[in-house]
Amino acid sequence: MAKLRGRGIAAINYPIGMNLGGDPSQALVHSNPTGKFTVALSSIDLGQGMKSVTRQICAETLGVPVEDVYVDTADSDTGPHCMGSFASRGTHRVGNAVMVAAQEARAVMMEAAAEELEVNASDLVTDGKGNIHVKGAPHRSISTKDVAIAAQFKQGRTISGRGIFLVPLSAVNPETGEMSPATCYAHACLVAEVDVDDETGEVTMIRMDSAYELGRALNPKLVEQQLVGGAWMGLSHALFETPEPYYPEPIHGPRDFVEYLMPGPGDICPHDIAVLERPAADGPFGAKGPGEMCANPVLPAVANAIFNAVGVRVDDLPITPEKVLRGIRAQGGARPQTRR
Amino acid sequence: MLELRKDIFADERDDNLNEVGKPTQRQDMLGHVTATSPYFNDHKLQGMLHLKVLRSTHHHARLRRIDVSEAERQPGVRRIIRGSDVPRNINTLLSLINFGKDDEPSLAVDKVRYKGEPIVAVVADSEREAFEALAKIKVEYEPLPTVFDVEDAMKAGAPIVNETYPKNTFTYHDIYDHQKLRFGDVERAFDQADHVLDERYQMSPIEHAPTETNGSIAAPETNGRYVVYTSTQALFFSLDTSAKILDIPSNKLHFIGGTVGGGFGGKVDTLTEPLAILGSMLTGRPVRYMLGREEEMQYGSPRGGERIYIKDAMSRDGRIIARKMRCIFDSGAYTRLSSYAVVKCAAHLPGPYTIPNVHADVYCVYTNRVPATAMRGFGVTAVDFAIECQMDKLAHLINMDPMEFRILNAYRDGDMKAHRREAKNTALIECVQVAAEKAKWNLSESAKRASSRKEGSSARASMPDSSRAAAPVAASYERPATAPASSFSPPVVQSTVNAPPSAAPPISSPSPTSHGATRFSSVFGRRR
Repeated sequence: MAKLRGRGIAAINYPIGMNLGGDPSQALVHSNPTGKFTVALSSIDLGQGMKSVTRQICAETLGVPVEDVYVDTADSDTGPHCMGSFASRGTHRVGNAVMVAAQEARAVMMEAAAEELEVNASDLVTDGKGNIHVKGAPHRSISTKDVAIAAQFKQGRTISGRGIFLVPLSAVNPETGEMSPATCYAHACLVAEVDVDDETGEVTMIRMDSAYELGRALNPKLVEQQLVGGAWMGLSHALFETPEPYYPEPIHGPRDFVEYLMPGPGDICPHDIAVLERPAADGPFGAKGPGEMCANPVLPAVANAIFNAVGVRVDDLPITPEKVLRGIRAQGGARPQTRR
Repeated sequence: MLELRKDIFADERDDNLNEVGKPTQRQDMLGHVTATSPYFNDHKLQGMLHLKVLRSTHHHARLRRIDVSEAERQPGVRRIIRGSDVPRNINTLLSLINFGKDDEPSLAVDKVRYKGEPIVAVVADSEREAFEALAKIKVEYEPLPTVFDVEDAMKAGAPIVNETYPKNTFTYHDIYDHQKLRFGDVERAFDQADHVLDERYQMSPIEHAPTETNGSIAAPETNGRYVVYTSTQALFFSLDTSAKILDIPSNKLHFIGGTVGGGFGGKVDTLTEPLAILGSMLTGRPVRYMLGREEEMQYGSPRGGERIYIKDAMSRDGRIIARKMRCIFDSGAYTRLSSYAVVKCAAHLPGPYTIPNVHADVYCVYTNRVPATAMRGFGVTAVDFAIECQMDKLAHLINMDPMEFRILNAYRDGDMKAHRREAKNTALIECVQVAAEKAKWNLSESAKRASSRKEGSSARASMPDSSRAAAPVAASYERPATAPASSFSPPVVQSTVNAPPSAAPPISSPSPTSHGATRFSSVFGRRR
């Protein structure tokens, strides 16, 4: 009777956004009279950080500090149309719409600044700190606040912009499945290390190492939050969760978090993550999005690690101690594979 | 711990940015951690009523009689809502983009198709009074035969779950009971294979289990409008679905949401909004309809169980030369969004690998269980589990390191994918290399030198012609050693094998008509 260690890997890719009826999102950006910007969306922040990444994209595009931008979600009277927050589409689709809107608003802001400074708008740059100045001549400068006041009260301009990003519907060939389902893909590889108790069939997570390629980590902290949380979900999916443990038999059926098994703090493990950035040609600053994919490699990596530890393949999820133990018994004991 | 590997693909990026790339604290962080962020359920409106539904106790039954007379006389009851009160009591979510037929009532009328299906709604002064009234409703059921296994459901003579789809399968392109993916000729490749591996995988359903359960609060605004505070993941999707079911113009509805306590796909179905608004219309009062935890667990739609068969052909050097798949999605009693997951799945196959011959049939099947819906990785998570377990088995079969096996078969820039589009911007190989580095997993020198940006295309870019002999694509790049996977011995350096000219000319570059502004599709049908 022993705890046997094993390692398993999985490599995946994931399509960004959906292909169904066309996939659009819109954004509106406007300045108040003192140079503070609002982004109006109907997109949803599920906790993933939609408001934060769109805020950073807007600030970067406008050339103003992030504190000068506020993102407002989601009111159908004020926020323009968005398909919704699903299919890993938020960062890519909404981010692009915000970028387009911010570019339009920036162009007006630069025209207004040019009028105040009596130069050509093409000669102006933003410093990212709330000022606009003549290229190569930082002393010929005006704050975005003064530009906004001038635009509103003197010039009669609206510093605002509209943005839409649409991935058009791609037809699906009924005979071959030919289609353009996505414009870009994120990638990942994950190594899971487990201990398997050959007496109880219990699996203990030891650690995970992973690499995710996401185009651009717009906010590395939010990426980390997604990847760590998503891996937890994957681990839970692999080893614990199901409302129908003897699927397809519709029996049991948990009613609350006591009856529905999920990993607790004692069941998680260290997770060391590397993020790669190969920018997508049509992503906002190259970003793709880590939304859904982060649970996916964990499931097979854990299954493969269990095989590596005891030589048992469990091809039906979740991999419960019962299934592992039945597998060990069926083959007459644990059969540790090549140590990796 | 998160490490940014800026050194990789650095030549493709401009990192000269002010705000993007910074770990800026979230705009809503303080609100979340101090419990002051407003969620839909934080709106306590004056005179607010509570809506609860009576759910079927049978998996499949005819409704012979529904008697609400005693419930109507219960204290606090303001309104009982029956299926006949719902203006358009049949809908399918994706009808908004004209995909699929209306197949699901808001409240069951003559039959229930899953255990937990809503039959009657009660609007009362308090949740307690609503529950007490529900307990007084008498429903006479005539149980019908049930089917729970997707393959049983596809057999002739199986009980018909949903009369809209009498064969228990969703209809694709008006003619097929599945979505096809065809690339090359798998059968010829199976004849030429050194190894064939045929396996079955089963995904489990799981719950989204969001911290905040599904719900909404609807209240009359002025001018005959209704304001709706909602937990939806898709504001306009839920708004337009509600407008359709209630048969009112969309501008009669004012939806407010945006801050949601976890969704994971389980808050796209618009489970509560139509009845909450209808309750508000019928009573003139604000109405709140929020699922309890038990309802969310048992009847909030789960991830569907997906059954996946994979048969692979492999040459002895570790190249996968054919992959044949049959994927069966358990949609439960109604379509919801599973029909779409099938298409997404077909596009995803055969995984991130360049395989010259691919054949897949993907089905959306009806059973007498709670309708499945979107969940994180919809259409992909299950097949990724199956494919990556299969990849491990294949590597084991020829005693090859599983990382090197993936690098060998990984798709690269310029390769042709099974859905007939060129692979671009790929990075699978680099992810495997970096994960190996982090995990201190020994890779051969040739595996370390492999690149997504090199040696793709050429023979790997051609569109196979299934009318000819399918020539397994030859490795056109240096292949990692097939030495015993356990060994840490120096890798066997292979000579580079040049690809012979492709048997098939690189014909039919992606059809130019299919990725434009095509608004008509044989899958999605004509738009209204």
